[in-house]
Order: sequence, then structure tokens, then C-alpha cells
Amino acid sequence: MALDAATIEKLIKAGLPDARITIAALVDDDNHWSAHVVSSAFKGKSRVQQHQMVYRALGSRMGNELHALALQTSAPEE
Amino acid sequence: MSDTATTAADRIKQEISENPVLLYMKGTPVFPQCGFSARVVQILTTLGVKFKGVDVLADPAIRQGVKDFSNWPTIPQLYVKGEFVGGCDIVSEMFESGELKQVLADKGVPTRG
Repeated sequence: MALDAATIEKLIKAGLPDARITIAALVDDDNHWSAHVVSSAFKGKSRVQQHQMVYRALGSRMGNELHALALQTSAPEE
Repeated sequence: MSDTATTAADRIKQEISENPVLLYMKGTPVFPQCGFSARVVQILTTLGVKFKGVDVLADPAIRQGVKDFSNWPTIPQLYVKGEFVGGCDIVSEMFESGELKQVLADKGVPTRG
């Protein structure tokens, strides 16, 4: 079971509605993705907290159906 | 919380308090079983940091326990002086910006160079 890019984007958007998300495949297997997520919700949060917010949006899929998601997060530039 | 979960959390608390730099990983530092774990081992080795690796594949209770403990769904997980620093992406980002070396220095962990 794997997740496609559109599903990953939809899930992250559901948790972080204003997020701008760029997804790219790390390996062409629907299982290894990289995502760059920009959201105002990240403002004032540590990197660990920012990644936890994305993981929360992905729920139990992270580490299960979704084996690998290389994450980069940031708040929008002022 | 079940007894198994309590025990795993207690063991993790003990391990991260006894080892200044502790990496929960898949495989061992000499023979990592996952590219993301290998990457963090490589970074710590490059910085000349002495660390202990715990192979979560050898212990399912710890594998799940450490995810619950840090509210972090993936392995590897790096702890410095009992504090969760991050997974592979954060550690890589911090290494490339020089921040990781600074954090280690601030916490009194010697690095090379």
C-alpha cells in the first residue's frame, strides 16, 4: 500500500489549510516522497513542532503506508 | 497505558539520561539497515561525536515506544542530553547550517575540529 502525491497533499491541506506544498518523488515507487511545506501556522514553532504538525495531519499513515517523507518546513517570509 | 508501554518509556528515559548522545535507529552504527539511519550515523561520525546507537529492529517494544515517547512517527530519532533533537531531515538541515555543531557544543558534547 502506497500513497500518491495528490493524497499526501490533500491530507496535509486538511490539517494545515493555508499550506503551500511542493511534493517530489525521492524514488519512483509511490513510497518515498519529499515535501516542502510552507504555512503561517509554523510561525514561532520549533522545527520539531513544525514536523509534528505535518505528521499529525498525516495521522497513522506516516511510518506505515507512507514509508518515507523527507520533510522541509518553514513559515512564509515576512 | 499497558505495562509493556510503561516499561518501554521507562527504558527510553533511562537510556537517554545515561547516554549524552543517543540515536534510535534501524540497524547498528556499523551496519545501518535504512538510508535515513545511515545518514544520521554519517553526520555524527563526520562531526566526531561519540554516540550510542540503539537498534529498534531488535526490539519491537522500543520501536513503538520511542515513537510514542517523542510523538514522532519515524526512525531515526536523535537525542542529545535527554532532549529530542529531530529525525533525519532536521538533523541533516542542522548539520548543513552548522547549527548541530553549535547545539552539541552548547550542551557540552565535544566535536572534532
